[in-house]
Amino acid sequence: MRYLISPWTLARRGILGINQRNRQYIARYNPRSLFPLVDNKLKTRETLADAGIPMANLIGVVETQSQVARAADLVAHTSGFAIKPAKGSGGKGILVVTQRDGDEFIKASGARVSRADLTRHVANIQSGLYSLAGAADVALIEDLIRPTSHFDGFTVEGVPDIRVIVCRGYPVMAMVRLSTHASDGKANLHQGAVGVGLNMATGKAISAVQHGRSLTHHPDSGKCLADLEIPDWQRLLELAAQCYDVTGLGYLGIDIVIDRDRGPLLLELNARPGLAIQLANDTGLLPRLRQLDALTGAALRRSAEVRTRYSQEWFA
Amino acid sequence: MTRAGINFWALIVGLLVVGIALILHRHWVYEVPLIHGETQTVWSVEARVEFMADDGPVKVSMARPSDQPGFTLLRQSGASPGYGLNFTEGNDPRAVWAIRHASGRQQLYYQTDLLESTFNAAEEVAPPKLFRPDWQEPYRTAVDSIFADAYAASADHYSLARELIKRVNEVDAPQHVLLLRRAYAGRLPYLLAEMLNHANIAASVVFGLELRDGRRRQQLTPLLRVWDGDDSQVFSVASENGDVPMMLWEQRGAPVLDVIGGYDSRIRFSMLRREESTYSALNDSLPVQQSLLNFSIHSLPVEEQAMFKSILLLPVGALVVCLLRIVIGIRTSGTFMPVLIAIAFMQTSLGTGIVGFILVVGTGLLVRSYLSRLNLLLVARISAVIMTVIAIISVFSVLSYKLGLTEGLKIMFFPMIILAWTIERMSILWEEEGGREVMIQGGGSLLTAVLAYGAMQHPLVQHLTFNFMGVQFVILALILLLGSYTGYRLFELHRFAVLKR
Repeated sequence: MRYLISPWTLARRGILGINQRNRQYIARYNPRSLFPLVDNKLKTRETLADAGIPMANLIGVVETQSQVARAADLVAHTSGFAIKPAKGSGGKGILVVTQRDGDEFIKASGARVSRADLTRHVANIQSGLYSLAGAADVALIEDLIRPTSHFDGFTVEGVPDIRVIVCRGYPVMAMVRLSTHASDGKANLHQGAVGVGLNMATGKAISAVQHGRSLTHHPDSGKCLADLEIPDWQRLLELAAQCYDVTGLGYLGIDIVIDRDRGPLLLELNARPGLAIQLANDTGLLPRLRQLDALTGAALRRSAEVRTRYSQEWFA
Repeated sequence: MTRAGINFWALIVGLLVVGIALILHRHWVYEVPLIHGETQTVWSVEARVEFMADDGPVKVSMARPSDQPGFTLLRQSGASPGYGLNFTEGNDPRAVWAIRHASGRQQLYYQTDLLESTFNAAEEVAPPKLFRPDWQEPYRTAVDSIFADAYAASADHYSLARELIKRVNEVDAPQHVLLLRRAYAGRLPYLLAEMLNHANIAASVVFGLELRDGRRRQQLTPLLRVWDGDDSQVFSVASENGDVPMMLWEQRGAPVLDVIGGYDSRIRFSMLRREESTYSALNDSLPVQQSLLNFSIHSLPVEEQAMFKSILLLPVGALVVCLLRIVIGIRTSGTFMPVLIAIAFMQTSLGTGIVGFILVVGTGLLVRSYLSRLNLLLVARISAVIMTVIAIISVFSVLSYKLGLTEGLKIMFFPMIILAWTIERMSILWEEEGGREVMIQGGGSLLTAVLAYGAMQHPLVQHLTFNFMGVQFVILALILLLGSYTGYRLFELHRFAVLKR
C-alpha cells in the first residue's frame, strides 16, 4: 500500500476534501442559525416529529435536577431503552439497556447496571459531562431499537446505522456502519467500525473499509459483506430527503436505523458530516455534488419522493 | 467568475498593492533597508518623569545625555502639555520644564535617539570639589581596613578604584566587608565615592542606562567616576552586567532629577532598538513630530512602540498556523494556542520552553485526571486547573532555582490561563478519544508552536514586521488567500491513499 496519493489522482476521482467541504458546502448551504437545530437532539425531535418523520418513541425527558430521581420510574414499564444526552456528539454518553433482571438493568454488552448507576448517569448528562463544551444538558430516554434479522452476523452488538449524505434535498451517497469487536460495539469508523458503501438504487453493498483498508468479509463473523442489503431502501432514502424540507440545511449527514417492527427511524442529523463515506464507497462525492450545484428553479422545489427517484437514477 | 469572486480578488490585489506600496515608500523615502544588516543601530530612549504637583509653580530639571564614546546623540524632543521646555547646553546639559501653575499627577516625556558609533572621544569633565565624609563606628574601622588593603595593592587612582570594587564584590568576603555591604546595599557606588574623596581623590556617582531592546520601566544604574587630574574614567560597581551596552545618562555627578514645587517624583525609562540605514540615521529624515500624515506606529511614544514590536509579530504566527492547518492539515488543540506558546518560547528560549511546556502540561494532565473523578462543574474545574498550573509553575521555579538552574525560572513566562484550557481540552480528548489522539494534537500544537517561534524570532522577520507596516497588509492578503483554498490537505493525501488505483 502506498502512503500518499497524488492530489491530481484525488481530483480525477472527484474526492471532496475538508477545505472544500467547509467552504463550498457547509458554509454555502448550511446557515449558521440552523445549527442549534441539529446540535440539540431534543430540538431535532420536536421539529422532525411535527413533520411526521418517524423516530424512536420518546419515553421521557429529564430536564431538571429534581427530576433525576424519577428517571428510574420513567422506565419502570419498559424493558429496553436508551438514555442519551441532547447535546452529545459522536455517540458519547449513550446508555443502552436491552433487558432487565429484577431491579437491575442489563446493557447490550451484558454488563449490569443498578438503579443508582442509572440515576448517576442521568445526573452526569445534566451536568454537561458529555455535551459539547460542557454546557448544561438534558437527558432523553427513548425506546430501544429492535434489530432486524437482515443484519445478523454483520454486527457484534447494537444496531448498525445508515449514513446518508443529502445535498439540497437530494440523497447523494450512503453507507452503513457495522460495529466490530475492535470498535467495542461502537459504530464510529475511526474507532474501528466497518463502513460499507451502498448502491443508491438498490441499497446493496458496493465495497467496505475498516481502518482505511478495504475488506470483503466482516472481521469478527467472517460473513461476506457483499451479501449485505438494506431493507426498505426506498422508504429510507425518502425519509432522508424529507429532512432537508424540515430543517432547511442544504448539506446534511443523516443517520437512520432500522427497527424490526417500525422500519427506518431517524436517529440524528449532522450538519458537518465526515468524508469517510467516500472511502466506504470507493467513490468521490464531488461529481455528484457538482451535478446538484447546477440545479436551479423547479428542480429544487420537487417533492422528497421525486428527488429520491432522481437521485437513484443519477447516482446508481 | 461571480460578483463575490471578483470582489474577493479585488480585495486581495488591493491589499497587496497597498502593502507593497507602503513597503517601497518606506524603503525609498525613509531609506529603511529591506534586508537586515548593513545598518546602524539606533536606540530610542524615552524618559518618563512623574510627580505630584503642589498646586503652584513647578520647575523640573532633568539631566540629559550627551555625545559619549559609543553613542552619538541624533535628536531629542520633549512632550508635556502646558510646560515650557528648554534644553540647557554647556557644561551640564539638562532638560528644564517650567509652568506657572500645576496640580495633581504630572507626566513629562523626554525622548532621544542615539546612534551606536565609535567616533566620539570621551568628553573632558572637570573634577568635582572634594568633600570630607565621616563614618560612624563600626563602619569607620571596616572602611579603613578595606581602603588600606586596596591602597597597598594599587599604583594609581584607577587601579585603586578597581581594587576597591573588587574587594566590596568579593564572594567569600571577610566579616567587615559583609557589614559594609549590608549597610550600603544598593548604594555601593556612593560608599566607594566617599572612600576615594576621603583619600583626597576626586570621585562621584554618575548614572548609566543599560540598553536592552524593548524594555520598559527601567531605572538608571549608579556608576563610579574617578578623576586623575583632569582625566577621568567610569567604573561599573556591579560585579556582573554581561554584554549589555551601557549609556551614560548623567556623567558629571549632578542630580538626575530635580523637582521644585512637586513631590513623589520618579523617573522611568523605555527603550527600543532600531536598524536604520546610515544615511537616514545621520540625516534625521525620519520625522519624529506628530503629524496626521505620518500615520505609523513609529510616531508613538517609545514605550508603546516597544509593546507593538511583539504585537506586530502575531500575524506572522497566525499565518504559520493557517498554513499548517489548511494546507498541511496538522491538528492542534486550540486554534491559536500554539502562537501564544510560541510567544512564551521567545521569552524563555526554545529548549527551556519545550521542556517547560511538556512538564506543565504533563503534570497538569495527571492532576486533571484526578479532578475528573470528582465530577465537578466546568467553571469550577477550569479554575482548579488554573490554580494547579500556577502551583506547578511555582514549584518548578523554586525547584530549579534551588538546583541552580536559573533557566527554569523563565517558566513563569507561560500564559497560565491558556495552558489551563489546553490541559482541560487535552484531558477531555484523552477520555473521549484516547491517549493517541492527545499525542497527535499535543505534538501538532508543539510542532506548530516551534515553527511559529522559528518564524517570529527570525531577525529578518522581526526587522520587516516592525519597520514596514505594509508587511501586515501582505500577510492579511495571504491569510485571506489561504481562507479561500479549497484544495486537498497534505494529510488527506495519506488518508485517501487507499483509493489509489
